[in-house]
Amino acid sequence: MDTLKAENVNFGYGSHQILKNLNFEMNNNQVIGLFGDSGSGKSTLCKVLTGFINDYEGNITVNGQKHKGGYNPIQLIYQHPEKVMNPRWKMKDVLEESWMPDDSLLDEFGIKREWFGRYPSELSGGELQRFSILRSLNPKTKFIIADEISTMLDAVTQVQIWESLLTVARKNEVGVLVVSHDKNLLNRICDDIVYLADITD
Amino acid sequence: MTKTEENKQGFLNLNLRTKTLLVTVIALIILVSVFLSNFLIDHQAVLTSNFYNINQAPSFEHLFGTDWMGRDMFMRTLLGLGISIGVGAFASVISTVVAILLGVFSSVNTLVDEVVTAIIDLFGSIPHILLIILVSLAFGGGYYGVIMAVGLTHWTPLARVLRAEIKKINTSEYIKLSNEFGKSKLWIAKKHIFPLIISQIIVGVILMFPHAIMHEASISFLGFGLPAHEPAIGIILAESMKYLSMGYWWLAFYPGLSLLLLVLLFDLIGENVHRLLDPQSAQE
Repeated sequence: MDTLKAENVNFGYGSHQILKNLNFEMNNNQVIGLFGDSGSGKSTLCKVLTGFINDYEGNITVNGQKHKGGYNPIQLIYQHPEKVMNPRWKMKDVLEESWMPDDSLLDEFGIKREWFGRYPSELSGGELQRFSILRSLNPKTKFIIADEISTMLDAVTQVQIWESLLTVARKNEVGVLVVSHDKNLLNRICDDIVYLADITD
Repeated sequence: MTKTEENKQGFLNLNLRTKTLLVTVIALIILVSVFLSNFLIDHQAVLTSNFYNINQAPSFEHLFGTDWMGRDMFMRTLLGLGISIGVGAFASVISTVVAILLGVFSSVNTLVDEVVTAIIDLFGSIPHILLIILVSLAFGGGYYGVIMAVGLTHWTPLARVLRAEIKKINTSEYIKLSNEFGKSKLWIAKKHIFPLIISQIIVGVILMFPHAIMHEASISFLGFGLPAHEPAIGIILAESMKYLSMGYWWLAFYPGLSLLLLVLLFDLIGENVHRLLDPQSAQE
C-alpha cells in the first residue's frame, strides 16, 4: 500500500501565509474529498502537493520518500485543461508526452482516435479534460490530485468523467484527492471528506 | 447562385491564405532574381568606363541612364542591390545568432537575465548610426567591417522578443507539467520551446533585412562603409550628389527608388510570413 503524507507544510505568497502547519495523509485505495471556501488555499495545496510549487517548508512524501526528478507519482489534473497543453501540439503528442493508453482505456473515456490529429483549440473543454485525465493515469502514477476538474462541465459530462476516472483509479489502485467546493459532488463520490480548515492551524 | 457563378467567384476571391502566399512567393522570386542576376552580369564589362555615352538621360538603351563615366546605371543599380542583399543576409545571420544566444542565456537564471537585459538596453541606448560607424571602423572597414557592424547592432529587437517569448513559455503550465512527467530540460527545450519560437525567429530575420540594407546604404553613403569602387547603392547615391545640380536627376532617382522598393519587398515578405505563421491569424 502506498501512502501520501504531508507533514508540517507551510507556504505563503510573500508575507501572506496561505498554508499554515498543514498535516495530511491518505493511501492509494482511498478517494478523499477536500473541501474549503474560495480563497482558502485549496489550489495552492494542490500545487504544493504535486511539486508545481517548490519553495514550501515541510515534507511531502510518498512511502516516506520525497520526489526528486523523474516521473512524479503524484499527478495534478487542472481546472483548465487548455492551459496544460502546448497549443501547437496535436492531441496525440499531448497524450504521448505521458504515455499511450490502450484502446479499451480510450473507449472508457470516450476518446475517439480521430481527435488525435487535432489541436487543443479544436476540441471542447470536456474533450480536453478527458485527455488531461487520461494523461495523468500513467501506470507510474500513484496519486491523483483533481483540482476542480469538473466545474466547467455540464452535468452529464461530469457524471461520465467522474465515473470513468474513479473506475480506472479503483482498478489501478490510484489514490484520488478530489478538491472541490461542491459539497454534493464530494458526498456522492468520496469515501471521506476532509475540511481544509481542519488540517491546518 | 448557380454553380458556375460560385466557381467563378471562388477563383477571383482566392482565400486570404492563398493570396498571402502568392504575394510572398512573387516578392521572393523578384528578390532572388535580383540577387542571382549579379552572378550572370559580367562585372568587368559593365563597370568599364565608356566615354562615348556619358551622362545620357534614361532611354530604352539605358533604362536608368548613364553616369559621367558612361556606365549603364541600370546594371550598376542591379549590382548594388545584389551587394545590399548579400550584406543584409550575412548581417542578419550574425544578428540572429547573437539574438538567439542572448535569448536562451536569459532563461538560465535571474542574474544572467539581468545582465542580458542590461546589454540589450546598453546597445539600444547608443544612437544606431553612430554605433554602426564605430564598429565598422573597429573592424577595419570594407565588406568585413560593414557586415560585422550591421550584424552586431541589429539583434536587439529580436533578442528582446525571444527573451520575452521564452520567459512566457517557461512559466506556462504545460512546461511545469512536462517537468512532472519527468521530461529533461533538454527534451522540453527541443520539443516545447523551440517549435514555439522558431516562427518568431524566422519573422525576426526577414524583418531585420530591410533595416540592415538601409543601414548598409547609409554608412556607405556617409563614406564609412564599402570601398568607393564598389557599385553599392550608398556609393552611387553619394557620387550622384555632385551631379544633381547639373540636372542629372536619374543618377540618384532610380537607384534610390530601387533601394526603397527592395526594402519594401522584404518588409512585405516579413509581414506576410508573420501572418502565415502566427497561430492567431493563420486560420483567417
